[in-house]
Amino acid sequence: MKAAGVILAIAVALALQTTLAWYATRGAVTVDLVLVAVVYVALTSGPTAGLLAGTLGGLAQDTLISGGITGIGGLAQTLVGFLTGVVGTQFIVVQAIPRFVVFFLATVVQQAVFMGLYELLDLRHFGTPYAAVAEQALGNAVVGVVAFQLVELLPGAMERRRAMRRGPRR
Amino acid sequence: MAQIEYKRRSGYLFLAVMVGHILLISAQVNARSGVPVLEQYAFGALSEIQRAVSSTVSGINRAWTGYVVLRGAREENDDLKRRLAAAEIQVQEQRAEAERAKGLAQLLELRKSVALTTAAAQIIGGAVIPGFRTVTIDKGAHDGLKADLAVLAPAGIVGRIVTASPRSAKVQLLVDRNAAAGALVERTRVQGVVIGDGENGLQMEYVSEVADIVVGDTVVSAGIDGIYPKGFVIGRVESVEKSGTSVRRIVVHPAVDFSALEDVLVVLTPAPGSEPPGGAGG
Repeated sequence: MKAAGVILAIAVALALQTTLAWYATRGAVTVDLVLVAVVYVALTSGPTAGLLAGTLGGLAQDTLISGGITGIGGLAQTLVGFLTGVVGTQFIVVQAIPRFVVFFLATVVQQAVFMGLYELLDLRHFGTPYAAVAEQALGNAVVGVVAFQLVELLPGAMERRRAMRRGPRR
Repeated sequence: MAQIEYKRRSGYLFLAVMVGHILLISAQVNARSGVPVLEQYAFGALSEIQRAVSSTVSGINRAWTGYVVLRGAREENDDLKRRLAAAEIQVQEQRAEAERAKGLAQLLELRKSVALTTAAAQIIGGAVIPGFRTVTIDKGAHDGLKADLAVLAPAGIVGRIVTASPRSAKVQLLVDRNAAAGALVERTRVQGVVIGDGENGLQMEYVSEVADIVVGDTVVSAGIDGIYPKGFVIGRVESVEKSGTSVRRIVVHPAVDFSALEDVLVVLTPAPGSEPPGGAGG
């Protein structure tokens, strides 16, 4: 059940990422929805689910989106998923700010590993991508925190809507 | 406990996935040499294993081969030593043969040069009694040998036959203490009698006290004893002792090296014009 949820979350994230990809090409704030999904899964389900989500999402991104070396993104996302899962089990990450920090740092780590491997293998050079990384980390953090809030609020909101439709009890 | 097991399993899974990713990346990335990194590292690792296995195997092989070779070398060494010893013996035999051939050639030359009927003989034995110097030769009465026949060597007079058996004969050397021969000094024709001292030397006696004899004079056979033909070298004057102007003692060094005799000639015919022994021939 958990695996199915992981796969579903990654699939949705990939679908959204591919449809929203043009934003990135137009200079808008880049958001890595797959990474957001991975971090979300890791925080809610632990390191094993996190690393599985990271592997799945990273490899899917490598093969479907990045067009680079298959495995680099996967490795970065796997590492982030596992570490985030470990952090989620060691610390209480239920408030917005800690979640923000976790998403932010997860993005930084993922980007560092991703770019570092490319640089190490002399396959691509990124120059000084601090601003871009920071922007993406910020965007991911915002999206992640919002996603968390939405998911957590969604069941209560649905319940309240149903209650309002039924009207006040007498 | 279950949580620890879970964490451990997660860690193993994480490691496995990371390794899988690294392998996946390495399989796609070419190194500077153009070979995929995975292949490069796999080949490097394999080559190290091959190197280790090869060095181990070759080390064992070398050790084993060295052991076997050492065993073989020892046997070969023993065999070579045996062959070397045999070769040294053979060389000595050949050297002896050469010396013998040389001696025979000299003897042949002597035989040609003298107008005497001679018989070549080989020394097959010698006396071991101190003072008495005799040898045995391999020719005897069957070969026409008899007592008082002169025996010669290329260097000079050897001695005379004292006993002849059918197949061998005893030769009294000139250095025997009982041997004597008529002699004369070649330079001055001074006559005397040469007598053996029982060792390796000779003395010339019965010489005139006023005779002109000096060290280095050659002493030859006089041919007056009825045994030795005239003119054959006996030796060389080694020392002359005088008392005033009178000659007291003359020491002669024999021309023949009696210790190295191997082949001799026996003069079968009496010396021409030889007279009956008179104080000579023992």
